[in-house]
Amino acid sequence: MSQDTSDSVALPRLVSGNPSFSDIARDVTAPTSGTPPSWWVIAFVAAMSLLMLYGVSVVWLVWEGVGVWGVSHPVAWGYGIINLVWWVGIGHAGTLISAVLFLCRQRWRTSINRFAEAMTLFAVVCALQFPALHTGRPWVDYFMIPVPNQMLLWPNFRSPLLWDLFAFNTYLLVSLLFWYVGLVPDLAVMRDRAKKGISKILYGVFALGWRGSARHWINYERAYLILAGIATPLVLSVHSVVSFDFAVSQLPGWHTTIFPPYFVAGAIFSGFALVVTLLIIAREVYGFKQFVTLYHIDTMNKFLLATGCMVGYAYSIEFFMAWYSGNEFERFAFVNRAFGPYAWAYWIMFCCNVFVPQLFWIKKLRRNIAVAFVISILINIGMWFERFVIIVTSLHRDFLPANWGYYIPTWVDITMYLGTFGLFFTMFLTFLRFLPMIAISEIMGIMDKANPHHASYKTDENATKQNV
Amino acid sequence: MEDSKEQIEESRAEGKIVAGMAASFENPKELLGAASAFRKAGYQNFDTHSPFPIHGMDKAMDIHDSRLGWIVITCAILGGLGGYALQVWAAAAAYPLLISGKPYISTEAFVPITFELIILSSAFSVVIGMFMLNGLPKFSHSLFTHTSFYRASYDRFFLSVAAEDPQFDAIKTKSLMKAMGGEAIEILYDQP
Repeated sequence: MSQDTSDSVALPRLVSGNPSFSDIARDVTAPTSGTPPSWWVIAFVAAMSLLMLYGVSVVWLVWEGVGVWGVSHPVAWGYGIINLVWWVGIGHAGTLISAVLFLCRQRWRTSINRFAEAMTLFAVVCALQFPALHTGRPWVDYFMIPVPNQMLLWPNFRSPLLWDLFAFNTYLLVSLLFWYVGLVPDLAVMRDRAKKGISKILYGVFALGWRGSARHWINYERAYLILAGIATPLVLSVHSVVSFDFAVSQLPGWHTTIFPPYFVAGAIFSGFALVVTLLIIAREVYGFKQFVTLYHIDTMNKFLLATGCMVGYAYSIEFFMAWYSGNEFERFAFVNRAFGPYAWAYWIMFCCNVFVPQLFWIKKLRRNIAVAFVISILINIGMWFERFVIIVTSLHRDFLPANWGYYIPTWVDITMYLGTFGLFFTMFLTFLRFLPMIAISEIMGIMDKANPHHASYKTDENATKQNV
Repeated sequence: MEDSKEQIEESRAEGKIVAGMAASFENPKELLGAASAFRKAGYQNFDTHSPFPIHGMDKAMDIHDSRLGWIVITCAILGGLGGYALQVWAAAAAYPLLISGKPYISTEAFVPITFELIILSSAFSVVIGMFMLNGLPKFSHSLFTHTSFYRASYDRFFLSVAAEDPQFDAIKTKSLMKAMGGEAIEILYDQP
């Protein structure tokens, strides 16, 4: 440890202890070998059960039509769009961690980026379920894709709903590519450590014959840098485009220019919260405390505090603008939001998203695992209610009292929402079982001994010189 | 030292194709030292293999900078132009729809999709371009005949010299590897 003080900047140790390279490979790949632990089997069975519930709900929905949902006049966008925005928002944290923090040279991200990218990918898959089914006739969803067809029909490119199609699918594919590129060196590790035939072949195929050549690494590192560079504007664009679905309309409560930055901040907020939730669980059950240290949890919680304050600012400035606009419909929409029939949802949202994260000003609470876990769950409840408030309260009372109503979800709404958790966790548990959840080559690369110019090698040399 | 030369001659007589020689090193520092020693000795067709990129290896081996950026910028421009053209053609020529009085060519409304297609085409060109530049996928490679090369992905550091290198010499190459601290020095054969 004394060698560290010779560095001009004292960096926190990102990997505690001093494991060798093969120790890291062994520890990170341990959950993928042997028989799965009993908690994994139980969790997987539970996730699969929820997935079956989802399957049943989808079959019923497609059979009967979207009338089995609670959506009707005047609230035509209910759980479907709320869940879409919520899931896709969660995804944003993964890209933020893997791309933006990479460009900012935040090396602590290395322990959590693989994990968070997987979360992104699966969250986007869950999100995409809803618009695909919300069309009511999912078998003609291909109408939205601009392909030559017999009907000589082309989509309307001026519609934000079509922008969504492109934004979501681009996001899904780019996240998948980013994740896969990061995985290739680790798949080579899996290939080289696998003993039995079938897994060796499968990991080998996906590792593409990677052999860690320096001439390959130079292209690889450039590829990773460019992907990070293009994923950064992409992640900002995706939730901005989601917000256009609302902001481009002329409905009071939706038609505001603050929506894109406000949605992006909210997305990062909820995504970081879910990363904290999943990370704390994985850290406990897999014992990865040397890779995911309290420093990581602390830093994540600071992000939650910062983004929580941003959404708090957005909630407040929306109110101010509604009053300042002098428009009576705009004012009504916001007063109705906070004090109308859905006031309970508004105040759940406000408490969970703005008041609760303020606890993170206290360092002791930021570093307390139990507190961080509970707050991260509260934030995701709050962020779900944020989308509920934006969608339902703006729609349920519009310009004419004749158009007023009260939205209540049906059992299909609820089982479909719960069912996407089954989809998410089935994919996530499969990932935990078959792929290294921490980027092995990246975590090796940030260790002191990976740097041939590090002070520890110099002291070794001095020691040998003295011995000679 | 003579053994490696004899081994090569023997195996050539047996009809095996000698592809080169590889040695394993203890840590990144030794590998970096070995790489610069090989470059100084005039080797060109040699390579190093490590579980992670090593800082300073490009200079030690004199590798030119990646050309990937040029591939990506070309595809990004094509993707953007193609995306914009698709929208203009669909909205103004193939299926002109008058929607709330907006012009057929509403450039502002075409920005998001043009942007997404720039990102999408760059992302695919990054990944495909990177693997093409690296000559991957390549499942059969002479290095995989080395008995301990499997450790190159997680805890050992390898240096390999191709037989095509004009400096390649069974005895000299092996002794230089040994002098730089190389272990498990083995002759590589092309896989059948």
